[in-house]
Amino acid sequence: MTVQTERPPSGPVDVAKRGESGPARPRAASRWGALAPYLLLLPACAASVLLLGWPLLKDLLLSFQNLNMAQLIQHATEWNGIDNYTEVLTGDEFWRVTLRSILFTAVNVALTMFLGGLVGLLLARLGKRMRFTLMMGLVLAWAMPVVAATTVYQWLFAQRFGVVNWVLDKLGWHSMADYSWTSDQMSTFFVVTVLIVWMSIPFVAINLYAATTTIPAELYEAASLDGAGAWKSFTTVTLPFLRPFLYATTFLEIIWIFKAFVQVYTFNQGGPDRLTEILPVYAYIEGVGNQHYGMGAAIAFLTILIMIGLTAYYLRIVLKQEKEQEEAGL
Amino acid sequence: MKRSLFGRVWPNATAVVLCIGFVFPVYWMIATAFKPTGDITSEDPVWFPTDITLGHFRTATSADHFWTFVTNSLTVTVLAVVFSLVIALAGSFALARMRFKGRRGFIIGFMLAQMAPWEVMIIAMYMIVRDASMLNSLVPLTAFYTMMILPFTILTLRGFVAAVPAELEESAMVDGCTRMQAFRRVILPLLAPGLMATSMFGFITAWNEFALVLVLNKDAEAQTLPLWLTSFQTVFGNDWGATMAASTLFAIPILILFVFLQRKAVSGLTAGAVKG
Repeated sequence: MTVQTERPPSGPVDVAKRGESGPARPRAASRWGALAPYLLLLPACAASVLLLGWPLLKDLLLSFQNLNMAQLIQHATEWNGIDNYTEVLTGDEFWRVTLRSILFTAVNVALTMFLGGLVGLLLARLGKRMRFTLMMGLVLAWAMPVVAATTVYQWLFAQRFGVVNWVLDKLGWHSMADYSWTSDQMSTFFVVTVLIVWMSIPFVAINLYAATTTIPAELYEAASLDGAGAWKSFTTVTLPFLRPFLYATTFLEIIWIFKAFVQVYTFNQGGPDRLTEILPVYAYIEGVGNQHYGMGAAIAFLTILIMIGLTAYYLRIVLKQEKEQEEAGL
Repeated sequence: MKRSLFGRVWPNATAVVLCIGFVFPVYWMIATAFKPTGDITSEDPVWFPTDITLGHFRTATSADHFWTFVTNSLTVTVLAVVFSLVIALAGSFALARMRFKGRRGFIIGFMLAQMAPWEVMIIAMYMIVRDASMLNSLVPLTAFYTMMILPFTILTLRGFVAAVPAELEESAMVDGCTRMQAFRRVILPLLAPGLMATSMFGFITAWNEFALVLVLNKDAEAQTLPLWLTSFQTVFGNDWGATMAASTLFAIPILILFVFLQRKAVSGLTAGAVKG
C-alpha cells in the first residue's frame, strides 16, 4: 500500500541518509560485516521464493496440464502442451471477460481518481474543524473491512426494506420500489462500482490532501505576482506539483480495482448468468468452481500478464528512476 | 483575499453532504444491528432507532462455530503480523542502514512482490497445499498471510528505520554498544510507533482475507470470520438484523484500531515512499 512517488520527499530523512554511509565502513571490513545485510535479508527472500515464487511457477506449470476432477482425485499429471491456452484464447468468453474487466477497471479508476481528487482539493480548502470532520468520515469508510462493507451494501440495496429503493420510490421513481439490483448485469455493476468508489476515494483524497500541504506557498505567490488567476495557478502550480502523486495513486488503484475479487464475488457471485464476472472471478469459477484447474491456471496466468501490461508504463518509470538513483548515488 | 458568502458556504455545504455519504453505510450497519426486527422491516425506514435491542448480537454470536471462527481469525492474523514484523525488521534494517551490492535490486523485488495478484493465484496455492495434505489447516493460511503482508511491512519499516537519526546509533556504539545492542536499546524503542502503524495494515489485510481461505478450508473447524460473514445470509435468510450485527462485530475492531492509529499510519505510508 506504499505510495511510491517519483519525487523523494526531502527533509530530515535526507540528513539521515547522508550520515549513514560513514559509520558502517570500519566495521564492514570484517567478513561478517560484508555478509550481514544478506543474512538479514535471507528470511524475507526465502519466504518470498517459497510462498510467492513457488505459487507463481506452479500456476505456470498447471496451465500446461489437463487437470480436471478426475486427474485431481487420482493425483495424475497429464501434460497437454498449450491446449489450455488455445482453448481459452480462441473462445469468445475470455475476450468478453477481458474487455469487461478493462472497462470495469477504467470506469472505477476514473471515477475514484476524479472524485477523490476533488475531495482532496476540497479538504485543502476547508477550515480546520470542518476538515477534521470530513477526514473522520473518510477514515471511517476507508477502515471498513471489505467483506463487511459488501454485506452492508447488500442490505442498503436489498429488494425488500432496502433503504435505497425506499428513497428512489419516494423521489418519484416508483418502479424502483421493489427493484432487485442483483437481477441485472448493469445494476449489479452499478452497486459494485458505488461500493468500490466509496471505499477507494478516502485513500486518494487523504493522500492528495497531504501532498497539497507540501506545496511551497511561494510558488502561489510567484504565480499571483505574474497575474495568474485561481484556475491558472491551479494548472501551473498545483497540478504539476501533484502529478507524481496522481501517477502513483492511479497506478495503485488500477492494481487494486482490477483484482477486486471480493467485492464482485461476494455481492453477486459474478451473476446474474455469469454476466458480471471479471477476470479474477472468471479464473476462480472456471478453475475451482467448474473444476477445470488447468484451464483456470491458464486464465490466471493470462490475467497476470494483462495486469503487467496495464501497469507497465508506471513500472517502467519506477524502474528507470531506481536505476538512475543507483548510478547517481550509492 | 476575501471570499464571497457563496464562496465560503459551498465548500462547507459540500463537505457536510460528503461526510454524510461516507458515514451513512457504517451508521446504517450499526443502527440496523441494534434495531428490533419490527423497525427493520417497517414500510418506512426508522432513521434513528429508539428501541435498542441486543437480540441480533445474541443470534449472531450463537451461530454454529462462531467462537471457533473468532479464535481462528485471531490466531492466523496475529501470528502472520508477528512473523512478518520479525522477518521484515531484519530486512528493513539492512535496506535502510547498510550499503551492499544489489540493494536496489532487493527493493525493486519487494516493490514487485507487493503487487502480487494473490486473488488470481489461488488455484496454484490450492494445489500446493493439497499436495502437501495441508488443506483445512491454519498453518498454510498463516504462512501465506505472512507473505501477503511482508513486502509492505519491509518497505514501510525501512522508511521508519531511516527516519531514526543514524547519529543516535553511532553515539551508542561509541559508548561501547555492539551494533546489535545499539539496535535493541536505541532504534527499537524509537521504532515502536512505526511498528504499530505497520502492523495495523498487516492486521487489516489478514483479518479481511477471503479468497484463499474460501478455497483452502472447506471444513468449518478451520474457517475464519470473513467466510462466516459471507455465509451468514445463506444461513439466516433475510435476517438483516443478525447479518448487520455480524458485520458490526467483524468491523468494530478494525474501525477502532484504524480511527485511533490513522494519523501515524498515514505518515507511515509516506515514510515508506522515502527512498533510503
